[in-house]
Amino acid sequence: MYTKTIMDKFQNPKNAGALHGANAVGEVGGNNGNDLMKLYLIINNSRIENAKFKTFGCAVSIAVLDVFCDLIKGKNVEDAMKVSQADVIKILGEIPNHKRNCLVLGEECVKVAIQDYFIRQEKDAKRAMKKAR
Amino acid sequence: MDRKIYLDNASTTYVSSDVIEEMTPCFNVMYGNPGSLHAFGREAMALVDKARDRVKEAIHAKKANEIYFTSGGSEANSWALVGVAKANANKGKHIITSQIEHDSVLKTCKYLEQEGFEITYLPVNSTGLVNLPELLHAIRKDTILISIMSINNEVGTIQNIKTIAKIAHDYGILFHTDAVQAIGNLKMDVQDMEIDLMSMSAHKIHGPKGVGALYVKSGVSIDPIIFGGEDQERGVRGGTENVPAIVGFGKAIELATKNQFVNNKIIKDIRDYFVSKLTERVQFIKINGHPHQKSNAIVNVSFYGVEGESVLMLLDLAGICVSTSSACTSKSSLPSHVLKAMGIADDVAQSSIRFSFGTNISKSDVDYVVDELDKIVTKLRAISPIQAGRI
Repeated sequence: MYTKTIMDKFQNPKNAGALHGANAVGEVGGNNGNDLMKLYLIINNSRIENAKFKTFGCAVSIAVLDVFCDLIKGKNVEDAMKVSQADVIKILGEIPNHKRNCLVLGEECVKVAIQDYFIRQEKDAKRAMKKAR
Repeated sequence: MDRKIYLDNASTTYVSSDVIEEMTPCFNVMYGNPGSLHAFGREAMALVDKARDRVKEAIHAKKANEIYFTSGGSEANSWALVGVAKANANKGKHIITSQIEHDSVLKTCKYLEQEGFEITYLPVNSTGLVNLPELLHAIRKDTILISIMSINNEVGTIQNIKTIAKIAHDYGILFHTDAVQAIGNLKMDVQDMEIDLMSMSAHKIHGPKGVGALYVKSGVSIDPIIFGGEDQERGVRGGTENVPAIVGFGKAIELATKNQFVNNKIIKDIRDYFVSKLTERVQFIKINGHPHQKSNAIVNVSFYGVEGESVLMLLDLAGICVSTSSACTSKSSLPSHVLKAMGIADDVAQSSIRFSFGTNISKSDVDYVVDELDKIVTKLRAISPIQAGRI
């Protein structure tokens, strides 16, 4: 049913769990029966130093998130935003049609987390400005 | 992993050796067409008649010719609804069913809606029981049929079939029940329970797949949905009789009812052992369905905070076969319609697993299953954003 790589990542996800010191968090799904996904990032000078995830999700969701974490780690945020569903499929192999939504959600989760980083940065900048005044 | 533990008996069962033994000669020795006049045909017809008698005895029908063989439970359900609706449309076009029926009933109802029939889908309470006052409230002058399943396939709740049938008859309405999960589990006596139509399936009771039956009480008007030979199933269900499967079904239902008491006791004991071990070992779980008015064979459990399919897949890797009715699929990944109708929250429904027991499960099997469940649920909870204790 699933490729060997999906099954391997599902059974032993390297990037699953909590991430202490995360300064950006993305959360998607959790409604209408969609899997709930949460991505934690540590971003320093626009570079993603570490990425981890948690999910209330199926085997494909776990595998997809694990690969997204691998692919965005070490990249600057602009490049990380460009990591696509196709890049994940290249690694995982074929994903059944009825599970494609997990891939869509995973990609959305990365974008939401990086957006969260920008929002926080903006807030920090405003706060710094206020202090300076 | 060599160990294989099958806990999906509500999905299907193995065919028992006694059943296989009776079926085998029907493939290459007694292979006639029951419709043929010659010796081979007469021999095959005698086998079908014997099977029909066995089904009649098992459900205590008045006459054997009230039993019509079908390709299984889904055909029996589709036929009962469409056949009765079409044959009785002059009396009314309203049908009552419940929200937790099998898809073969619900989808047939959707079809009938397109054909101009009106369907009332009765709600159920949190234990899965149809609310009887709601049923009374739904009955109209033009109601022609009430169809309520005997045992729900997902949670195992047993409906008050005898009472519902009585209510139906008080108002001159026909009563159908999908008894696919009930045969061999409950004593289904169609005369005592005043059932007009009843769907059955062989493969849930250690018979072969692809065969079942519809009981239609004498005098009930039903139109055919499969057209064919005049001699096949008294002209209302076309198609050459699947003799080996019918013979297997006859044997399977005979054994299931004969051994019902003993099997139920064995299954109940192992089910109780499983539930006590599980509740002892794994925290934050919810057992769905009625606390006692339920099938001994089915245990539906929600493991808070973890997604059902992930549990199923990891159990499968450990050689344990279970099922889940709610899974995340494409865009509209709807949780089980049964759990939803019972008012169970989406994420709790999505974390449910159905364990369905057979007589061949040992205590050591259960110990192994609970050990694996403990490990799997702990592992998945560690990576879940939902904290189980908080739900």
